[in-house]
Amino acid sequence: MRPVLLAIPIVLLLAAVSVFTGVGSLAASDDGRGWLLIVESRLPRTLALMLAGAGLAVSGTIMQMLARNRFVEPSTAGTAESAALGMLLATLISPGLPVAGKMAFAALAALVGTALFLQILRRVPLRSQLMVPLVGLMLGGVVNAITTFIAYRYDLMQSMGAWMSGDFSAVLRGRYELLWIGFALTLVAYATAARFTVIGMGEAIARNVGLDYDKVVTLGLAIVSMVTATVVATVGMIPFLGLVVPNIVSLILGDNLRRTLPLIAAAGAGLVLACDIVGRVVIAPYEVPVGTVMGVIGSLVFLHLLLSRRAHAG
Amino acid sequence: MIEIQEVTKSYDGNAVVDRVSLTLPAGGLTSIIGPNGAGKSTLLSMVSRLMPMDRGKVLVDGLDVSRAAGDVLARRLSIMRQDNHITARLSVRDLVAFGRYPYSKGRLTVVDAEHIDRSIAYLGLEPFANRFLDELSGGQRQRAFIAMVLCQDTDYMLFDEPLNNLDIKHAVETMRLLRRLADDFAKTVVVVLHDINFASAYSDRIVAMQGGRLAFEGTPEDMIVPSRLEAIFGVDCRVHAVGETRLVNYFE
Repeated sequence: MRPVLLAIPIVLLLAAVSVFTGVGSLAASDDGRGWLLIVESRLPRTLALMLAGAGLAVSGTIMQMLARNRFVEPSTAGTAESAALGMLLATLISPGLPVAGKMAFAALAALVGTALFLQILRRVPLRSQLMVPLVGLMLGGVVNAITTFIAYRYDLMQSMGAWMSGDFSAVLRGRYELLWIGFALTLVAYATAARFTVIGMGEAIARNVGLDYDKVVTLGLAIVSMVTATVVATVGMIPFLGLVVPNIVSLILGDNLRRTLPLIAAAGAGLVLACDIVGRVVIAPYEVPVGTVMGVIGSLVFLHLLLSRRAHAG
Repeated sequence: MIEIQEVTKSYDGNAVVDRVSLTLPAGGLTSIIGPNGAGKSTLLSMVSRLMPMDRGKVLVDGLDVSRAAGDVLARRLSIMRQDNHITARLSVRDLVAFGRYPYSKGRLTVVDAEHIDRSIAYLGLEPFANRFLDELSGGQRQRAFIAMVLCQDTDYMLFDEPLNNLDIKHAVETMRLLRRLADDFAKTVVVVLHDINFASAYSDRIVAMQGGRLAFEGTPEDMIVPSRLEAIFGVDCRVHAVGETRLVNYFE
């Protein structure tokens, strides 16, 4: 548990910096507007960042165990794209549906998309570990093309952009709380962490120690789909986060998830906070969305992992 | 006792395992031999419920493997396969500890810790206990997996081609170890083997399969005779008695 104790103060420090970073001045006047700014905008934003970061990092870890591949996460397996398609369909079918309803629809779509991805992995013999994320990216591309086509026809391209690219600038109190559902599921993942470690040891070993393999895979899929859907519905997808954090933690501490998941969650929260602070500072008073910052950092780390892990990826 | 009753598995109408009935008494070491494609590993996978069977039934001490709860069976029978591709990066100690999963579900007790220490010590893995599996040599990794199933502490221990990819030293060490599991711990050990001489030297019973069927079964004395080996493998061979062991020479 020591590494997580080390991580928590860093995350709290980043959270404090996050709360006090922004265009509006907190000390402008003493009519309580500074306080209002914190409660209505800054604190919700910081909380949203942490919840989304922790949830996506843990989701990535679970997906890597389910797919038995290091390079899989919600944005490289069609999960996020499927969730966006679900949001779009919900918007078209029932425009008046509250966000929570749309999110449920998105979760269902994400579940179907991810299950499809796992089925493809089971059916198609893949010679290389690197093929797995490529298949996922292709599946995501196909789903995304469908979504784009429909969104274009119904003039919903702007909404689609919001779902696919993480941006926390519009987070206000009352508009991010769905992320707490994702956090509750992250806690479920922690409570059942040992099962996912066993799944990551392969089907034969999992069945040998008496695990109900299909049931645990279903549980994992449900957690990953719901968490991804809450993020897509509220702030938009943050790519590569679920890939970078688990891989780095795994290199240092291994994959006994009962031990490492708290650190993965804390590191995910910390990384998103850091990316968001960078995005808010570099071109202040304007903002670079966190999804873009994370995309740049994440793809670089992803490339590095691809190249360095190749030797013992198989 | 493992009772295999009329077990069948087919792919696209071709029976890989065809109505095999076999009773393995408790105790001792049984080897399953036969040419490639004889259905040895498939049979072992069905006995250990890794693979569903199309027809038939397997009872382990009266427990139907197709119906028993996963963790109940996991406390009675374990299987170690060869293709252990592990995505999770685990230390040797963590891996061995997961052998206790059927008992503790991941929350280790004092009793579990004792089992883990004993298994690690028994396989001489103490120097590597905190190393990650991907930092070990093939032979060391093999021992770590054996330690894991030993830690699972089941009466029946199944091994699917445990000697694959091992050099002679490690192969001999592994077979001696499996022999000791039967002798020292009174385990019932069932091993799928390719090398007839290993089967001859270390087994109490040998079961031969051919074309998905049970061909012969018996003691090494019954089985390691030229006529039977030729019938099973289709190669001419001679059998020499060296001390107490019968060795097969199929080179001439």
